[in-house]
Amino acid sequence: MGINHRMSRREFVGAGAATVTALAFPLPAFAQAAARVVVIGGGFGGASCARALKQIEPKLQVTLVEPNRTFTACPFSNNVIAGLRSLEEQQFGYDKIAAGGVTVAAQAATAIDAKARTVGLADGTSLAYDRLVLSPGVDLRFEALPGYDEAAAAKMPHAWKAGEQTLLLRKQLEAMDDGGLVVIAVPANPFRCPPGPYERACLIAHYLKTKKPRSKLIILDAKDTFSKQRLFQNAWKELYPGMIEWVSLSQGGKVNSVDPATNTLITDFGNHTAQVANVIPPQRAGRIATSAGATDNTGWCAIDPVTFESKSAPNIHVIGDACIAGSMPKSAFSANSQAKACASAVATLIAGRTPEAPKLINTCYSLAAPGYGFSVAGVYQPKNGLFADVEGAGGVSPADVPRDFRAREADYANSWFATITAEVFG
Amino acid sequence: MKAFCVAIGIATAVAWSSPLLAASIPPPGAAACSGCHAAGTVPASPVSRLYGRDAGDIMTAMTGFRDGSLPATVMTRIAKGFSDDELRAIAAWLAAQK
Repeated sequence: MGINHRMSRREFVGAGAATVTALAFPLPAFAQAAARVVVIGGGFGGASCARALKQIEPKLQVTLVEPNRTFTACPFSNNVIAGLRSLEEQQFGYDKIAAGGVTVAAQAATAIDAKARTVGLADGTSLAYDRLVLSPGVDLRFEALPGYDEAAAAKMPHAWKAGEQTLLLRKQLEAMDDGGLVVIAVPANPFRCPPGPYERACLIAHYLKTKKPRSKLIILDAKDTFSKQRLFQNAWKELYPGMIEWVSLSQGGKVNSVDPATNTLITDFGNHTAQVANVIPPQRAGRIATSAGATDNTGWCAIDPVTFESKSAPNIHVIGDACIAGSMPKSAFSANSQAKACASAVATLIAGRTPEAPKLINTCYSLAAPGYGFSVAGVYQPKNGLFADVEGAGGVSPADVPRDFRAREADYANSWFATITAEVFG
Repeated sequence: MKAFCVAIGIATAVAWSSPLLAASIPPPGAAACSGCHAAGTVPASPVSRLYGRDAGDIMTAMTGFRDGSLPATVMTRIAKGFSDDELRAIAAWLAAQK
């Protein structure tokens, strides 16, 4: 797809627009026949969106840009850390997506020219688009936590992007002596997977209780409240009495800096030297979003909740963890739900019509132990430029229910992972 | 050449493009179901597949979840987010999927 082709096509669209407007017909049909949509990021958001676009309108030329040949899923990766699951069970390829007619460009997107509507790739070539969907996930803000950088992460893993980091944290737990101290440092909102750190605490505690029962786990938190808090705290008391200590922001939980040489986490109230330190740093939208001009001063991407179009970069749509989605949490379910609604909106816009306001759902399961699950759910609709909870809907699992209820939710959690990964990659 | 192509575009829009696209866009909320309720077949899932199911049955279940007469773990919370009209449109779309 060369530059000449792109230029001639754009001139052509311009000429067509004038003619069609004069005739009071919508522009689109012609654009639809050959419209090019590029999707950047092959996670739950991007891969879902590429597939959904092709399903809605097979004529679209859809290209998915993703440098990794294998996707490693974050949901359920806490089970890998706890030794309950292999990393291979978290891994998926793009062959089926390609077989469905999506062109998979196995390269990193290096730059976006929003005016010229092109995406530069690592090999020096570029892709032209009519509409671009960004699903770049999060970047870790190493600069935001003094002492923490990529080298420090090899000693104090974040394990907040699944893969080598997940295995590193697992190995450190295996190598730790019984009686050791594990510390998890949790950032302020917003960050990927709000209940994730607390589920991780549960599943690490499950491993410790089973294999190293004299050990302790401290959560140093930059917040005073957290997702599914009552359910987690009840589970800690019920399943792991005396093992997990949560230190909130007001109790001095915010980690101000770390010292990887001594595995020490420093707060206003004192130092914690851990045998295993899991440092989850603050985050922002994946860097390519900034190249597109789609991030604001928070580091995240403001969008129109009907079309997912960036508020600052026209023809660029942002979904998943990178977008500012109001009440919707940064989860795989949210990303998948947004991806399908975004695909509908993009196809509708290309067809020259006005997209209908979407209604979105999120359901996030957490496991406190094998066979012990609970959830938070929500239904969302656009309101004041963001996604707002539909009042009266959603919420967390009930607090006082028999263990059978938790067992069923654990089953549904497993089923959810199998289903969503089959929809996206299978 | 340009005029010729534009003419084809208009003809295409009128002839087939509009109905095709309209039919394939799910009503608000419907696409989210397949996050848990498999669109394809997932072996041994405890969560029921909804594609091709009777629209009336889906509607009965959803209104039952919504008013609490049908117990569930999470669907009671999700069903409360939808009006009758929205549920009818979602049920009809799900029923029409293969």
